[in-house]
Amino acid sequence: MAKAVIEINAECCKGCYICVELCPTGALEIKDFKAAVKDAELCTGCMSCELRCPDFAIIITRNAK
Amino acid sequence: MAYDYAKFIRPGRLPHIWCPGCGYGIIMKSMLRAIDSTGWSKDEIVLASGIGCASRLPGYVDFNTIHTTHGRSLGFATGIKLANPALKVIAMGGDGDMSAIGGNHFIHACRRNIDITVLVFNNYIYGMTGGQYSPTTPMGAKATTAPYGMIEPSFDIARLAVAAGATFVGRTTSYHAVPMEKLILQALNHKGLSVVEIMAGCPTGYGRRNGQKAASDMLIWEKEHAVPYEKAKNMTEAEMAGKFAIGVIYKDESRPEYVESYDRAVGLSKRG
Ligand SMILES: Cc1ncc(C[n+]2csc(CCOP(=O)(O)OP(=O)(O)O)c2C)c(N)n1
Ligand code: SF4
Repeated sequence: MAKAVIEINAECCKGCYICVELCPTGALEIKDFKAAVKDAELCTGCMSCELRCPDFAIIITRNAK
Repeated sequence: MAYDYAKFIRPGRLPHIWCPGCGYGIIMKSMLRAIDSTGWSKDEIVLASGIGCASRLPGYVDFNTIHTTHGRSLGFATGIKLANPALKVIAMGGDGDMSAIGGNHFIHACRRNIDITVLVFNNYIYGMTGGQYSPTTPMGAKATTAPYGMIEPSFDIARLAVAAGATFVGRTTSYHAVPMEKLILQALNHKGLSVVEIMAGCPTGYGRRNGQKAASDMLIWEKEHAVPYEKAKNMTEAEMAGKFAIGVIYKDESRPEYVESYDRAVGLSKRG
């Protein structure tokens, strides 16, 4: 099971690539100019993307262990 | 667990106007988490800003906010704090707002040591007007008004604040989202004039002219050039060349705070 749930608010996302470039596992990509989940299984719930998303567009919720 | 910013955001105000990849949104989030940790109520908090992209921040958040004239946030903030010292006053602006047109207000607020927290968003240029050089543009860097590279030496905002008399001075970056939150919280809880200089990327006005094409390049640059102050203070000038210290740079709790000095003087005059 994935370690966290990734939610993307497409209305707020501006497709800046920060989340994609700073995700240590490559779980995210840009599709149609917006952030998208590439592989949810890769997400470790590290929060790197959420903390540095300037647009309030990513919400990471860690799953209970 | 995901942090709920919505309680502090004015309904319908997002998405904000900042460009894709602008570091300011990251600052806004760290600042909101820091404010939340103080336990202060929304009604006792005042945000004052000048003019510029940084100064647009107060318009998005549900506190008492005032968007003033260019460089003058600290004039308004000083008046607000003196009129009602119970309010928690935070002033913010860009490097241009705080160190060029507002440089005078900045040094004198520091000198007075009035109980205000000042957040300086340093993106090395005037973002809003199209990337002109500012007092913090590094020597050699390109700006619309420095097409051959900046020929003037730059201000170090944090050192300027210490020299002018601020009693809490720190520096952080938009890469360091969590340390930034903790530093802002320390500044908010400090009694006296606190300054936090926050390095943030302007991909539109600075990055694309200076070899940082992607917003993430600017964040990684910040990560690679920031040195914790405890380490930096033992490094030579040559070792620190091109780098900058982050963390708490200066703290002094012994100096009198301005509103208290003012009240004492008023009390003396009444007894007169
Ligand atoms: C009195 C006055 N002079 C000039 C301007 C034009 N102006 C608007 S924003 C700005 C500079 C903004 O740069 P900075 O303060 O660094 O903030 P940033 O936009 O980079 O966040 C200038 C010169 C103005 N609005 N008012
Ligand atoms: S011009 Fe620069 S500072 Fe202004 S919103 Fe765009 S990226 Fe941010």
